[in-house]
Amino acid sequence: VLFVSLCRNTLLEANVAKLGCSLPPARKTGTTICGVVYKDGVVLGADTRATEGMVVADKNCSKIHYISPNIYCCGAGTAADTEMTTQLISSNLELHSLSTNRLPRVATANRMLKQMLFRYQGYIGAALVLGGVDCNGPHLYSIYPHGSTDKLPYVTMGSGSLAAMAVFEDRFKPNMEEEEAKQLVRDAIAAGIFNDLGSGSNIDLCVITKGKVDYLRPHDEANKKGVREDKCRCYKHGTTGVLTKQVTTLQLEVMDESVQTMDTS
Amino acid sequence: MSHQIENSRGLRSQLKDSVPVAGLCPQAGPYGVQDTLRRGFSSVKNELLPSHPLELSEKNFQLNQDKLNFTTLRNIQGLHAPLKLQMEYRAARQIQRLPFLPSSNLALDTLRGTDETIGFEDILNDPAQCELMGEPHIMTEYKLGLL
Repeated sequence: VLFVSLCRNTLLEANVAKLGCSLPPARKTGTTICGVVYKDGVVLGADTRATEGMVVADKNCSKIHYISPNIYCCGAGTAADTEMTTQLISSNLELHSLSTNRLPRVATANRMLKQMLFRYQGYIGAALVLGGVDCNGPHLYSIYPHGSTDKLPYVTMGSGSLAAMAVFEDRFKPNMEEEEAKQLVRDAIAAGIFNDLGSGSNIDLCVITKGKVDYLRPHDEANKKGVREDKCRCYKHGTTGVLTKQVTTLQLEVMDESVQTMDTS
Repeated sequence: MSHQIENSRGLRSQLKDSVPVAGLCPQAGPYGVQDTLRRGFSSVKNELLPSHPLELSEKNFQLNQDKLNFTTLRNIQGLHAPLKLQMEYRAARQIQRLPFLPSSNLALDTLRGTDETIGFEDILNDPAQCELMGEPHIMTEYKLGLL
Protein backbone atom coordinates (compact mmCIF):
# COMPACT_ATOMS: atom_id res chain seq x y z
CA VAL A 1 0.00 0.00 0.00
CA LEU A 2 2.95 2.29 0.61
CA PHE A 3 4.33 3.97 -2.48
CA VAL A 4 1.60 2.61 -4.76
CA SER A 5 1.31 5.95 -6.55
CA LEU A 6 5.02 5.78 -7.26
CA CYS A 7 4.57 2.54 -9.25
CA ARG A 8 1.80 4.17 -11.22
CA ASN A 9 3.88 7.30 -11.83
CA THR A 10 6.94 5.38 -13.02
CA LEU A 11 4.73 3.39 -15.39
CA LEU A 12 3.18 6.57 -16.73
CA GLU A 13 6.56 8.22 -17.15
CA ALA A 14 7.85 5.20 -19.08
CA ASN A 15 4.87 5.28 -21.45
CA VAL A 16 4.55 9.03 -21.86
CA ALA A 17 6.85 9.16 -24.88
CA LYS A 18 4.54 6.73 -26.71
CA LEU A 19 1.53 8.88 -25.91
CA GLY A 20 3.20 11.98 -27.27
CA CYS A 21 2.44 14.26 -24.33
CA SER A 22 4.41 15.35 -21.31
CA LEU A 23 3.77 15.07 -17.61
CA PRO A 24 2.79 18.31 -15.90
CA PRO A 25 5.77 19.84 -14.06
CA ALA A 26 5.40 20.47 -10.36
CA ARG A 27 4.41 23.98 -9.46
CA LYS A 28 7.39 25.58 -7.76
CA THR A 29 7.84 28.89 -6.10
CA GLY A 30 11.13 29.97 -7.70
CA THR A 31 11.26 32.62 -5.15
CA THR A 32 12.91 35.25 -3.12
CA ILE A 33 12.16 34.99 0.57
CA CYS A 34 14.07 36.64 3.36
CA GLY A 35 13.90 37.64 6.98
CA VAL A 36 15.61 40.06 9.29
CA VAL A 37 15.74 40.46 13.08
CA TYR A 38 15.43 44.05 14.23
CA LYS A 39 15.11 45.79 17.56
CA ASP A 40 11.59 44.70 18.57
CA GLY A 41 10.99 41.62 16.44
CA VAL A 42 11.37 40.11 12.98
CA VAL A 43 10.41 41.22 9.50
CA LEU A 44 9.71 38.49 6.93
CA GLY A 45 9.46 39.27 3.23
CA ALA A 46 8.49 37.34 0.11
CA ASP A 47 7.69 37.92 -3.56
CA THR A 48 4.42 36.58 -5.02
CA ARG A 49 5.20 34.64 -8.18
CA ALA A 50 4.55 30.88 -8.56
CA THR A 51 6.02 29.15 -11.63
CA GLU A 52 5.22 25.89 -13.41
CA GLY A 53 8.30 25.20 -15.48
CA MET A 54 8.77 28.27 -17.62
CA VAL A 55 5.25 29.62 -17.14
CA VAL A 56 3.99 31.85 -14.34
CA ALA A 57 1.24 29.85 -12.67
CA ASP A 58 0.15 32.40 -10.10
CA LYS A 59 0.90 36.10 -10.27
CA ASN A 60 -0.14 36.79 -6.71
CA CYS A 61 0.37 33.79 -4.47
CA SER A 62 0.88 34.06 -0.76
CA LYS A 63 4.19 32.65 0.43
CA ILE A 64 4.14 33.77 4.03
CA HIS A 65 2.30 31.03 5.90
CA TYR A 66 0.75 31.15 9.33
CA ILE A 67 2.23 28.78 11.88
CA SER A 68 0.93 30.27 15.12
CA PRO A 69 -0.21 33.73 16.27
CA ASN A 70 3.38 34.72 16.97
CA ILE A 71 5.22 32.65 14.35
CA TYR A 72 5.10 32.93 10.56
CA CYS A 73 7.02 30.99 7.91
CA CYS A 74 8.01 31.86 4.33
CA GLY A 75 8.30 28.93 1.96
CA ALA A 76 10.38 28.34 -1.19
CA GLY A 77 10.59 25.21 -3.33
CA THR A 78 7.68 23.01 -4.39
CA ALA A 79 4.54 25.00 -3.59
CA ALA A 80 2.49 22.01 -2.41
CA ASP A 81 5.29 20.83 -0.15
CA THR A 82 5.72 24.18 1.59
CA GLU A 83 1.95 24.64 1.94
CA MET A 84 1.28 21.20 3.41
CA THR A 85 4.36 21.13 5.60
CA THR A 86 3.58 24.47 7.20
CA GLN A 87 -0.04 23.49 7.73
CA LEU A 88 0.96 20.20 9.35
CA ILE A 89 3.45 21.88 11.66
CA SER A 90 0.92 24.61 12.44
CA SER A 91 -1.65 22.00 13.52
CA ASN A 92 0.88 20.10 15.58
CA LEU A 93 2.08 23.29 17.22
CA GLU A 94 -1.47 24.29 18.07
CA LEU A 95 -2.11 20.93 19.74
CA HIS A 96 1.21 21.20 21.55
CA SER A 97 0.48 24.69 22.82
CA LEU A 98 -2.97 23.60 24.03
CA SER A 99 -1.31 20.75 25.84
CA THR A 100 1.40 22.89 27.46
CA ASN A 101 -0.93 25.91 27.91
CA ARG A 102 1.78 28.32 26.72
CA LEU A 103 2.51 30.39 23.66
CA PRO A 104 4.58 28.22 21.29
CA ARG A 105 8.26 28.93 20.81
CA VAL A 106 10.02 29.38 17.50
CA ALA A 107 12.58 26.75 18.47
CA THR A 108 9.78 24.17 18.82
CA ALA A 109 8.49 24.89 15.32
CA ASN A 110 12.05 24.72 14.04
CA ARG A 111 12.68 21.35 15.64
CA MET A 112 9.41 19.88 14.38
CA LEU A 113 10.15 21.06 10.85
CA LYS A 114 13.72 19.83 10.78
CA GLN A 115 12.82 16.42 12.16
CA MET A 116 10.13 15.96 9.57
CA LEU A 117 12.26 17.15 6.66
CA PHE A 118 15.16 14.94 7.72
CA ARG A 119 12.89 11.95 7.98
CA TYR A 120 12.00 12.37 4.30
CA GLN A 121 15.63 12.94 3.30
CA GLY A 122 15.06 15.98 1.11
CA TYR A 123 12.27 14.45 -0.98
CA ILE A 124 9.95 17.09 0.46
CA GLY A 125 11.23 20.13 -1.43
CA ALA A 126 10.54 22.83 1.12
CA ALA A 127 13.09 25.52 1.93
CA LEU A 128 11.70 27.70 4.71
CA VAL A 129 12.42 30.91 6.53
CA LEU A 130 10.85 30.68 9.98
CA GLY A 131 10.51 33.75 12.15
CA GLY A 132 8.65 34.77 15.25
CA VAL A 133 8.70 36.37 18.67
CA ASP A 134 8.24 34.30 21.80
CA CYS A 135 9.03 34.59 25.50
CA ASN A 136 12.77 34.56 24.77
CA GLY A 137 12.69 37.35 22.20
CA PRO A 138 12.73 37.46 18.40
CA HIS A 139 14.14 34.45 16.52
CA LEU A 140 14.85 33.74 12.85
CA TYR A 141 15.70 30.35 11.37
CA SER A 142 16.36 29.12 7.85
CA ILE A 143 15.49 25.49 7.15
CA TYR A 144 16.81 23.58 4.14
CA PRO A 145 14.95 20.72 2.40
CA HIS A 146 17.28 18.06 3.80
CA GLY A 147 16.67 19.14 7.35
CA SER A 148 19.59 21.40 8.32
CA THR A 149 18.77 24.68 10.02
CA ASP A 150 20.59 27.91 10.74
CA LYS A 151 19.76 30.47 13.38
CA LEU A 152 20.87 33.85 12.08
CA PRO A 153 20.02 37.57 12.28
CA TYR A 154 19.27 37.75 8.54
CA VAL A 155 18.51 34.94 6.06
CA THR A 156 17.44 34.57 2.45
CA MET A 157 16.19 31.51 0.54
CA GLY A 158 14.97 30.65 -2.93
CA SER A 159 16.29 31.23 -6.43
CA GLY A 160 16.61 34.97 -5.79
CA SER A 161 18.42 34.47 -2.50
CA LEU A 162 21.77 35.63 -3.81
CA ALA A 163 20.40 38.95 -5.02
CA ALA A 164 18.60 39.48 -1.72
CA MET A 165 21.63 38.44 0.32
CA ALA A 166 23.76 40.98 -1.54
CA VAL A 167 21.44 43.74 -0.32
CA PHE A 168 21.49 42.38 3.23
CA GLU A 169 25.24 42.05 3.35
CA ASP A 170 25.57 45.65 2.25
CA ARG A 171 23.06 47.32 4.54
CA PHE A 172 22.26 45.14 7.52
CA LYS A 173 22.91 46.59 10.99
CA PRO A 174 21.98 44.98 14.32
CA ASN A 175 19.10 46.60 16.28
CA MET A 176 17.54 48.53 13.43
CA GLU A 177 14.32 50.49 13.75
CA GLU A 178 11.10 49.11 12.28
CA GLU A 179 10.90 51.42 9.26
CA GLU A 180 14.54 50.84 8.42
CA ALA A 181 14.09 47.05 8.67
CA LYS A 182 10.97 47.12 6.48
CA GLN A 183 12.77 49.22 3.88
CA LEU A 184 15.74 46.83 3.91
CA VAL A 185 13.57 43.74 3.42
CA ARG A 186 11.57 45.49 0.70
CA ASP A 187 14.77 46.37 -1.13
CA ALA A 188 16.14 42.84 -0.79
CA ILE A 189 12.97 41.30 -2.24
CA ALA A 190 12.94 43.92 -5.00
CA ALA A 191 16.51 42.94 -5.86
CA GLY A 192 15.34 39.33 -6.17
CA ILE A 193 12.29 40.33 -8.24
CA PHE A 194 14.21 42.41 -10.75
CA ASN A 195 17.27 40.20 -11.08
CA ASP A 196 15.81 36.68 -10.93
CA LEU A 197 13.36 35.21 -13.42
CA GLY A 198 11.77 32.92 -10.89
CA SER A 199 10.61 35.78 -8.67
CA GLY A 200 8.25 38.59 -9.55
CA SER A 201 5.08 40.56 -8.98
CA ASN A 202 4.48 42.10 -5.59
CA ILE A 203 6.33 42.24 -2.30
CA ASP A 204 4.63 40.88 0.81
CA LEU A 205 5.89 41.77 4.26
CA CYS A 206 5.11 40.37 7.67
CA VAL A 207 6.24 42.33 10.72
CA ILE A 208 6.09 40.30 13.95
CA THR A 209 6.56 41.96 17.31
CA LYS A 210 5.67 40.92 20.82
CA GLY A 211 1.89 40.78 20.84
CA LYS A 212 1.30 42.19 17.35
CA VAL A 213 1.60 40.90 13.77
CA ASP A 214 1.34 43.14 10.70
CA TYR A 215 0.67 41.09 7.60
CA LEU A 216 1.18 43.59 4.77
CA ARG A 217 -0.09 42.01 1.60
CA PRO A 218 0.80 43.63 -0.72
CA HIS A 219 3.28 45.95 0.80
CA ASP A 220 4.60 47.13 -2.53
CA GLU A 221 3.35 46.44 -6.03
CA ALA A 222 6.68 46.41 -7.79
CA ASN A 223 5.32 44.99 -11.05
CA LYS A 224 1.97 46.46 -11.99
CA LYS A 225 0.28 44.88 -14.96
CA GLY A 226 -0.13 47.48 -17.72
CA VAL A 227 -3.58 48.99 -18.32
CA ARG A 228 -4.96 48.15 -21.76
CA GLU A 229 -5.75 51.15 -23.94
CA ASP A 230 -9.35 50.90 -24.97
CA LYS A 231 -9.23 51.13 -28.76
CA CYS A 232 -12.99 50.86 -29.09
CA ARG A 233 -13.57 53.97 -27.08
CA CYS A 234 -11.99 56.24 -29.71
CA TYR A 235 -15.33 56.37 -31.55
CA LYS A 236 -18.16 57.72 -29.44
CA HIS A 237 -21.75 56.55 -29.77
CA GLY A 238 -23.45 58.54 -32.53
CA THR A 239 -20.33 58.97 -34.67
CA THR A 240 -22.08 57.16 -37.50
CA GLY A 241 -25.54 58.50 -38.26
CA VAL A 242 -28.42 55.94 -38.47
CA LEU A 243 -30.40 56.45 -41.73
CA THR A 244 -32.96 53.57 -41.79
CA LYS A 245 -33.93 50.70 -39.49
CA GLN A 246 -35.64 47.45 -40.58
CA VAL A 247 -36.55 44.57 -38.21
CA THR A 248 -37.24 41.06 -39.64
CA THR A 249 -38.48 38.37 -37.24
CA LEU A 250 -37.38 34.80 -37.93
CA GLN A 251 -40.31 32.41 -38.43
CA LEU A 252 -39.65 29.31 -36.34
CA GLU A 253 -42.22 26.53 -36.19
CA VAL A 254 -42.30 23.94 -33.43
CA MET A 255 -42.11 20.63 -35.31
CA ASP A 256 -42.03 18.00 -32.60
CA GLU A 257 -42.04 17.95 -28.83
CA SER A 258 -41.07 14.83 -26.92
CA VAL A 259 -40.43 14.24 -23.22
CA GLN A 260 -37.91 11.64 -22.06
CA THR A 261 -38.08 10.82 -18.36
CA MET A 262 -34.81 10.15 -16.54
CA ASP A 263 -34.44 6.78 -14.92
CA THR A 264 -33.92 7.82 -11.30
CA SER A 265 -34.68 4.43 -9.72
CA MET B 1 22.05 -9.02 -19.43
CA SER B 2 25.17 -9.45 -17.29
CA HIS B 3 24.93 -5.81 -16.29
CA GLN B 4 21.47 -6.47 -14.96
CA ILE B 5 22.75 -9.33 -12.87
CA GLU B 6 25.55 -7.21 -11.41
CA ASN B 7 23.10 -4.44 -10.71
CA SER B 8 20.77 -6.75 -8.83
CA ARG B 9 23.64 -8.10 -6.74
CA GLY B 10 24.60 -4.61 -5.73
CA LEU B 11 21.00 -3.85 -4.84
CA ARG B 12 20.68 -7.09 -2.94
CA SER B 13 21.37 -5.28 0.28
CA GLN B 14 18.17 -3.32 -0.29
CA LEU B 15 16.00 -6.41 -0.68
CA LYS B 16 13.00 -6.12 1.51
CA ASP B 17 13.20 -8.36 4.52
CA SER B 18 9.86 -9.96 3.97
CA VAL B 19 9.45 -11.18 0.42
CA PRO B 20 5.86 -12.36 0.03
CA VAL B 21 5.97 -15.94 -1.17
CA ALA B 22 2.26 -16.46 -1.62
CA GLY B 23 2.30 -18.90 -4.52
CA LEU B 24 3.89 -18.29 -7.88
CA CYS B 25 1.01 -16.62 -9.66
CA PRO B 26 0.74 -12.86 -9.10
CA GLN B 27 -2.20 -11.83 -6.91
CA ALA B 28 -4.88 -13.25 -9.19
CA GLY B 29 -8.30 -11.68 -9.14
CA PRO B 30 -11.55 -13.53 -9.82
CA TYR B 31 -10.72 -14.07 -13.50
CA GLY B 32 -7.18 -15.32 -12.93
CA VAL B 33 -5.71 -11.99 -14.04
CA GLN B 34 -4.12 -9.19 -12.02
CA ASP B 35 -6.82 -7.02 -10.53
CA THR B 36 -5.46 -3.61 -11.54
CA LEU B 37 -8.46 -1.65 -10.31
CA ARG B 38 -8.28 -2.90 -6.76
CA ARG B 39 -4.62 -3.67 -6.26
CA GLY B 40 -2.81 -1.29 -8.56
CA PHE B 41 -0.16 -1.95 -11.16
CA SER B 42 1.83 -5.12 -10.72
CA SER B 43 5.54 -5.41 -11.27
CA VAL B 44 7.79 -8.23 -10.16
CA LYS B 45 10.59 -5.76 -9.59
CA ASN B 46 8.47 -3.75 -7.21
CA GLU B 47 7.72 -6.79 -5.11
CA LEU B 48 11.39 -7.63 -4.59
CA LEU B 49 13.21 -4.31 -4.63
CA PRO B 50 12.07 -1.08 -3.02
CA SER B 51 10.51 1.24 -5.57
CA HIS B 52 11.65 4.33 -3.72
CA PRO B 53 14.80 4.97 -1.67
CA LEU B 54 12.63 5.94 1.26
CA GLU B 55 10.35 2.91 1.14
CA LEU B 56 12.31 0.72 3.53
CA SER B 57 13.05 3.49 5.97
CA GLU B 58 9.42 4.60 6.03
CA LYS B 59 8.12 1.06 6.44
CA ASN B 60 10.29 0.56 9.49
CA PHE B 61 10.10 4.10 10.79
CA GLN B 62 7.78 3.42 13.71
CA LEU B 63 9.74 0.32 14.71
CA ASN B 64 13.04 2.17 14.59
CA GLN B 65 11.69 5.07 16.60
CA ASP B 66 10.36 2.69 19.23
CA LYS B 67 13.68 0.85 19.38
CA LEU B 68 15.54 4.14 19.79
CA ASN B 69 13.23 5.35 22.52
CA PHE B 70 13.27 2.08 24.42
CA THR B 71 17.04 1.85 24.27
CA THR B 72 17.43 5.39 25.57
CA LEU B 73 14.89 4.70 28.31
CA ARG B 74 16.70 1.52 29.27
CA ASN B 75 20.01 3.36 29.50
CA ILE B 76 18.54 6.10 31.65
CA GLN B 77 16.08 4.30 33.91
CA GLY B 78 17.01 0.65 33.76
CA LEU B 79 15.49 -2.41 32.13
CA HIS B 80 12.14 -2.28 33.92
CA ALA B 81 11.04 0.92 32.20
CA PRO B 82 10.89 -0.33 28.60
CA LEU B 83 9.57 -3.69 29.76
CA LYS B 84 6.64 -2.10 31.56
CA LEU B 85 5.90 0.14 28.60
CA GLN B 86 6.01 -2.74 26.14
CA MET B 87 3.64 -4.70 28.33
CA GLU B 88 1.24 -1.76 28.29
CA TYR B 89 1.54 -1.49 24.51
CA ARG B 90 0.73 -5.15 24.11
CA ALA B 91 -2.32 -4.83 26.31
CA ALA B 92 -3.54 -1.73 24.47
CA ARG B 93 -3.01 -3.35 21.09
CA GLN B 94 -5.45 -6.10 22.02
CA ILE B 95 -8.35 -3.69 22.44
CA GLN B 96 -9.93 -3.96 19.02
CA ARG B 97 -13.39 -4.00 17.54
CA LEU B 98 -14.68 -6.84 15.35
CA PRO B 99 -12.15 -7.67 12.64
CA PHE B 100 -13.97 -6.05 9.71
CA LEU B 101 -14.60 -2.73 11.51
CA PRO B 102 -11.97 0.02 11.89
CA SER B 103 -10.77 0.46 15.46
CA SER B 104 -9.95 3.80 16.96
CA ASN B 105 -6.90 2.49 18.86
CA LEU B 106 -7.41 5.24 21.41
CA ALA B 107 -5.47 3.57 24.21
CA LEU B 108 -2.54 2.82 21.93
CA ASP B 109 -2.56 6.40 20.62
CA THR B 110 -2.55 7.82 24.10
CA LEU B 111 0.37 5.63 25.14
CA ARG B 112 2.32 6.57 22.04
CA GLY B 113 1.50 10.25 22.33
CA THR B 114 0.08 10.33 18.81
CA ASP B 115 -3.29 11.54 20.11
CA GLU B 116 -1.71 15.00 20.31
CA THR B 117 0.03 14.99 16.93
CA ILE B 118 -1.13 14.99 13.34
CA GLY B 119 0.92 13.19 10.72
CA PHE B 120 0.45 12.13 7.13
CA GLU B 121 -1.13 8.87 8.25
CA ASP B 122 -4.02 10.85 9.76
CA ILE B 123 -4.74 12.76 6.57
CA LEU B 124 -3.86 10.34 3.79
CA ASN B 125 -5.01 6.71 3.58
CA ASP B 126 -7.21 6.95 6.66
CA PRO B 127 -8.39 3.36 7.32
CA ALA B 128 -11.81 4.71 8.35
CA GLN B 129 -12.23 6.02 4.77
CA CYS B 130 -11.18 2.78 3.08
CA GLU B 131 -13.42 1.71 0.18
CA LEU B 132 -12.90 -1.98 0.76
CA MET B 133 -14.36 -3.97 3.59
CA GLY B 134 -13.74 -7.57 4.40
CA GLU B 135 -16.59 -10.05 4.35
CA PRO B 136 -17.87 -9.84 7.97
CA HIS B 137 -18.91 -13.47 8.54
CA ILE B 138 -15.75 -15.01 7.11
CA MET B 139 -13.49 -12.61 8.98
CA THR B 140 -15.12 -13.27 12.36
CA GLU B 141 -15.06 -17.02 11.75
CA TYR B 142 -11.37 -16.82 10.88
CA LYS B 143 -10.64 -14.81 14.00
CA LEU B 144 -12.54 -17.22 16.23
CA GLY B 145 -10.76 -20.15 14.62
CA LEU B 146 -13.90 -21.74 13.24
CA LEU B 147 -12.75 -21.55 9.65
